Amino acid sequence: MSLDSVKRAAETPDEPMPYAELGMKGDEYQRVCDILGRRPTGSELAIYSVMWSEHCSYKSSKVHLRQFGTKAPKSDALLVGMGENAGVVDIGDGWAATFKIESHNHPSYVEPHQGAATGVGGIVRDIMSMGARPIAVMDALRFGGADQQDTRRVLPGVVEGISHYGNCLGLPNIGGEVVFDPCYIGNPLVNALCVGLLRKDQIKLATAPGPGNKVVLFGARTGADGIGGASVLASATFEDESQAKRPAVQVGDPFMEKLLIECCLELYQADVVVGIQDLGAAGVSCATTELAAKGTGGMTVDLNLVPLRDPTLRPEEILMSESQERMMAVVTPEDIPAFMAICEKWDVPATVIGEVTDTGRLVMTWDGDVIVDIPPGTAADEGPVYERPFHEPAGQAALNADGPERLPRPEDLRETLLRLLGSPNLGSKEWVTSQYDRYVRGNTVLAQPADAGMLRISEVMPGAEETTRGIALATDGNGRYARLDPYAGAQLALAEAYRNVAVTGAAPLAVTNCLNFGSPEDPEVMWQFAEAVRGLADACKTLGVPVTGGNVSFYNQTGSTAIHPTPVVGVLGVIEDVATRVRSGFTTEGLRVVLLGDTRDEFGGSEWAHVAHGHLGGLPPAVDLEAERALGSVLVEAARDGLLEGSHDLSDGGLAIALAEACLAQGVGATLSLPGDDAFVDLFSESTSRALVCVRPEAFEALAELCGRYEVPCYGLGTTGGASLAVEGVFEIPVAELRETHAAPLPAIFG
Amino acid sequence: MNAARVGVVTFPGTLDDQDAARAVRLAGAEPVPLWHADHDLKGVDAVFLPGGFSYGDYLRCGAISRFSPLMDELIPAARAGLPVLGTCNGFQILCEAHLLPGALTRNGGLHYICRDQGIRVENADTAWTSDFEAGQEIVLPVKHGEGRYVADTETLAALERDGRVVFRYVGGNPNGSLNDIAGITNEAGNVVGLMPHPEHAVEELTGAPSVDGRGFFTSILKRLVNA
Repeated sequence: MSLDSVKRAAETPDEPMPYAELGMKGDEYQRVCDILGRRPTGSELAIYSVMWSEHCSYKSSKVHLRQFGTKAPKSDALLVGMGENAGVVDIGDGWAATFKIESHNHPSYVEPHQGAATGVGGIVRDIMSMGARPIAVMDALRFGGADQQDTRRVLPGVVEGISHYGNCLGLPNIGGEVVFDPCYIGNPLVNALCVGLLRKDQIKLATAPGPGNKVVLFGARTGADGIGGASVLASATFEDESQAKRPAVQVGDPFMEKLLIECCLELYQADVVVGIQDLGAAGVSCATTELAAKGTGGMTVDLNLVPLRDPTLRPEEILMSESQERMMAVVTPEDIPAFMAICEKWDVPATVIGEVTDTGRLVMTWDGDVIVDIPPGTAADEGPVYERPFHEPAGQAALNADGPERLPRPEDLRETLLRLLGSPNLGSKEWVTSQYDRYVRGNTVLAQPADAGMLRISEVMPGAEETTRGIALATDGNGRYARLDPYAGAQLALAEAYRNVAVTGAAPLAVTNCLNFGSPEDPEVMWQFAEAVRGLADACKTLGVPVTGGNVSFYNQTGSTAIHPTPVVGVLGVIEDVATRVRSGFTTEGLRVVLLGDTRDEFGGSEWAHVAHGHLGGLPPAVDLEAERALGSVLVEAARDGLLEGSHDLSDGGLAIALAEACLAQGVGATLSLPGDDAFVDLFSESTSRALVCVRPEAFEALAELCGRYEVPCYGLGTTGGASLAVEGVFEIPVAELRETHAAPLPAIFG
Repeated sequence: MNAARVGVVTFPGTLDDQDAARAVRLAGAEPVPLWHADHDLKGVDAVFLPGGFSYGDYLRCGAISRFSPLMDELIPAARAGLPVLGTCNGFQILCEAHLLPGALTRNGGLHYICRDQGIRVENADTAWTSDFEAGQEIVLPVKHGEGRYVADTETLAALERDGRVVFRYVGGNPNGSLNDIAGITNEAGNVVGLMPHPEHAVEELTGAPSVDGRGFFTSILKRLVNA
């Protein structure tokens, strides 16, 4: 095949180009021709096709996502907002945290182990590229029914991939979710979150300023893996035999990534980096166009200098390769020797492949011929933007009308509790989480099954300023709620993550989100998306927590069947003195158990309706963000004042499941009575804005006073102690029986 | 008197070096970073080989690290009596370096496992366990994919006969180790290797729900002070 240079492109204007095969629409291709004033070369087409793919350009979601900016609450904490590799927030004492959640759904279906592993690797590099030390990861996972055949292929592979890659990197895995629902059978969701820490005056950005500065590619060599992954894989549905797509999944090397982390931190410390960008989807295409577009505006790159694992790669393939564990830095010529010495120390290959210019053009050569000559901003920032049509799904009104009121309610609440507790969604996730290292680096204060993960800050970077502060993180998302009402569903996801952070004693500060939906070309799916974004943006405003970044994953559907709309929301909070953190559940005997918040008869989308009746209909629990905010304030202040000995969020499965989990935390039982007159509603309703806390008896009055101040309803339920969970007049279940039931479901299926 | 100096080795891919240094520091000793590529033990009084995935566990856990320049110095020093503790990957490296007998193989369950594990101290006479009592049961985290201790029958018999099994798993064997072995020592008792992680069990606030790991560091400090 002869080289398609810019000169040749000008000479052969009518040569047909394979834009459709690269996922580009006719009008998009025409726009490229208009921008360039000629047909693109093969290499230019490669760049535009990946940069303008749904995955990289957010072309269908952009018009909606703008609300996260326009409706953003005023926040002094936000240092870097959306649009960078990850958001950065001020967490006090000169420290900043950067965090983001991102999907790797499609690759994880095709090749579960590598798909999930490289999902972790990718988000960790995003965090590194902000100048931070990555300090922990979490994963929000969705699988098909636990007993469905393909789940036995996908789940063990995904867990092993996260386990191997994350453990090998030395990052504690401190939480996340595992949810089963048949709607995910052909489209599992693997959403990986990473959080990093940095001094707030040392933020790095993806920018290439300063003509004459060098462009350095460092990390792993470039191979044939993941070629076209961004546009072919991430934007395609699985109607074809997935085997055919296997080569498009990237393969990860966590050892190289670990070296890359330590190498980058030493580079930052030596202050030899002007700008930096990780290579993720769209590889060299993305890094060069984005760096150039955000810098002085121009760049020259000699593609022959890119170190290759496969010497037969063509320039188009080098541009599209998604080989993992690579970074690109902009470095002044004077700092190049110091930069190279640090890379050598860590055995990280590094090569100068280009230079920053002020021409406003990104120019690439191959064997001396110019093969790319484009204005970089047109690829990076000026991709197509679609106002896709949307309308409420045809069956939505009928779905909402089919409420849970018609479902027969149980007599035997003991049996109901055990049935729910032993179901895959509410049972123990230890089969999964015991495969993750939660201790490495020694700063883990709380990890799963706690409501949120929590990390100490002061020991993260030895030598840096001491602080008593800690950060807490939780992710949540309920696809069933969002199916019933995507606006409310997204708000409920935020409310739950917010609450999960607050129950540990940390004040919620900022939000990241991963929006998992079906095809944006389906107006009904697009309605779900539009509603979810609108709901989330409105709720963030009310709760005062800005969205700092995130990710959209479309095309999670097989044929015409989409997954439940699944907005996954991550909330980061700060606790001023990490020693005041509140542990999960009943921590010791003789404590008063207190229920905060009101319970209503709400069963739409509930775990009870799902497990007992396989029913999904009606409306999800009512959202009350003011109540959520008041509850959060009570929890944070009570923790600060040392009132709380233990806590637990109420969510799926209601009070009954929260009580059982609180008993299981330390093996401490409780004797309680219910506040309402309908035991079933009291125990299993999923009303929001509720939490369980336990306090020393002498602290109860202070807690009640605090609740009064915030108008948070507060009910004393009883006392911790004994070897069983006893609910007066309803049931008494030995903690040992709860444990056995809770532990059973996943080992029974996955061995 | 100067604080005892305990070297903490970092190989490419070592992960628990920060934890190890912290545990040494909390015990009142001075942690001294040792770099795998240096032929230099920096005159330390004892050495801690922490866990991780040195060289990505490529070839075999610990197999590449064993040939690093630092190990050229460490192996003769350990044979001459320098106290050395290897945890997890450090234990694997000590076995690969033939400072300890046997090998660590893939867990019986084939999965990586992270859990708080009951352990019985069988030998409280080594450089690293003298602050424990023989028969004492402690809790330390284990977190590994290849921690199943194996050795030939003769070696195993000799280890048992000579009291060189230092730690045994109790309340369930996490990896299928022969004789429930969690850790062993050399004949002189100065080199100890174990799969569990004492450095993750030294603080109330973080890590495992126990501070039983402190005993390792108080043991070595007493020995160094009394030496």
